[in-house]
Amino acid sequence: MVTQSTNQLINYTLHLADDTLILGHRNSEWCGHGPVLEQDIAITNISLDLIGQARNFYQYAAKLINKSSQTPSLGEGKGEVSEDTLAYLRDNREFKNCLLVEQPNGDWAKTILRQFLFSSYQFYLYQQLQNSSDGQLAAIAEKSLKEVTYHLRWSSEWVIRSGDGTEESHQRMLNAIDELWMYTGELFEAASYELQAASYEIGINLASIKSKWEEKVKEIFNEATLPYPGKVFMQTGGKEGRHTEHLGYILAELQFMQRAYPNSEW
Amino acid sequence: MITHKIDKHTIYSYLEEVRDPEIPVLNVIDMGIVRDVILHDDDQVEIIITPTYSGCPAMDVISMNIRVMLSTLGFKKIKITEVLAPAWTTDWMTEEGKRKLKEYGIAPPNPKPQVCNEKLFAPNEAIQCPHCNSWHTHRVSEFGSTPCKALYVCDDCKEPFDYFKCH
Repeated sequence: MVTQSTNQLINYTLHLADDTLILGHRNSEWCGHGPVLEQDIAITNISLDLIGQARNFYQYAAKLINKSSQTPSLGEGKGEVSEDTLAYLRDNREFKNCLLVEQPNGDWAKTILRQFLFSSYQFYLYQQLQNSSDGQLAAIAEKSLKEVTYHLRWSSEWVIRSGDGTEESHQRMLNAIDELWMYTGELFEAASYELQAASYEIGINLASIKSKWEEKVKEIFNEATLPYPGKVFMQTGGKEGRHTEHLGYILAELQFMQRAYPNSEW
Repeated sequence: MITHKIDKHTIYSYLEEVRDPEIPVLNVIDMGIVRDVILHDDDQVEIIITPTYSGCPAMDVISMNIRVMLSTLGFKKIKITEVLAPAWTTDWMTEEGKRKLKEYGIAPPNPKPQVCNEKLFAPNEAIQCPHCNSWHTHRVSEFGSTPCKALYVCDDCKEPFDYFKCH
């Protein structure tokens, strides 16, 4: 018998896992293509951190699912759910990541802006999640926060360097803001499982971190001589499984091996 | 059965044989990732470990190596439990571990409170060259060959070196 709260905890954990897996995968696409070697290493190390966080969340979600009687549709997967089945055998509509993290890399400006917008959100999210009434989520948040602090510092520096750089780098940052800003509203719009998780004090209250995030972004944009965007129509739906076309392409690449050769191992 | 004669202390000494695959001079005790060893009544041995970085691929290899080591000691029931809290920091690394790192050519982590700040464009931490002991060094890259390292170069002996960054 799955209680309502377990169900929400599973969905909430999967949402946190999907955000980190998808952004980790996106960043990993830079491997071997970074503008300079040091930054190629930096972005792929950030990938590694994010995928590591995803593994912690998926392992926990798998444990919760196996303990409960709930068996979400997992393709051909029979029996026990694992971190791998959750990453490799769920379909597009089952992924609960926000739209921001699935957006294509574009140029370096777009990639670092995406990282900055997400890292600053994650920084305040994990700060609060450390106080979760769920011990494991609190532990993962505490562990991950140190890594995210590093990502935030790195991406903030790059936003400033590029925004306040040359005419071209400034223009590229402006383009990146145009392309990504419409996906930032979703970060603070709670999905049903987030509201539930917050009411059980498992998850955090997104409204409580929104103004901190805005302040942070304003501070860095100001330093970077970039304008803070006015009100625009915000795209939402990713957290409820309604994604942009891009997620399908990511999953096609990410899941190909397990779909084509089920249960294959290294 | 020899397992009955093995006490906690002995297991700890055997754990010193389990090394980090990426930095083979360090064993799991030096790294400070073994939180506890529990001998259960039913002959089960449980090792509690904590990961260094969330995504560090070495952790899976380390768990496997601990398992293999315990099997060769005759343990049949082995449990490896991973705990995340309190989160590992470089302050968990032993002084012995730091000494070995330096000998191996990797600058050991500075004490945490001294560095690790969030300020943007902060000046480089002062890191001592593990080869010639000069403090006249500079950072080449904040990220290196593994999640735990940054790349530095010594301005005196001109040798590049890894710095095990504070975390």
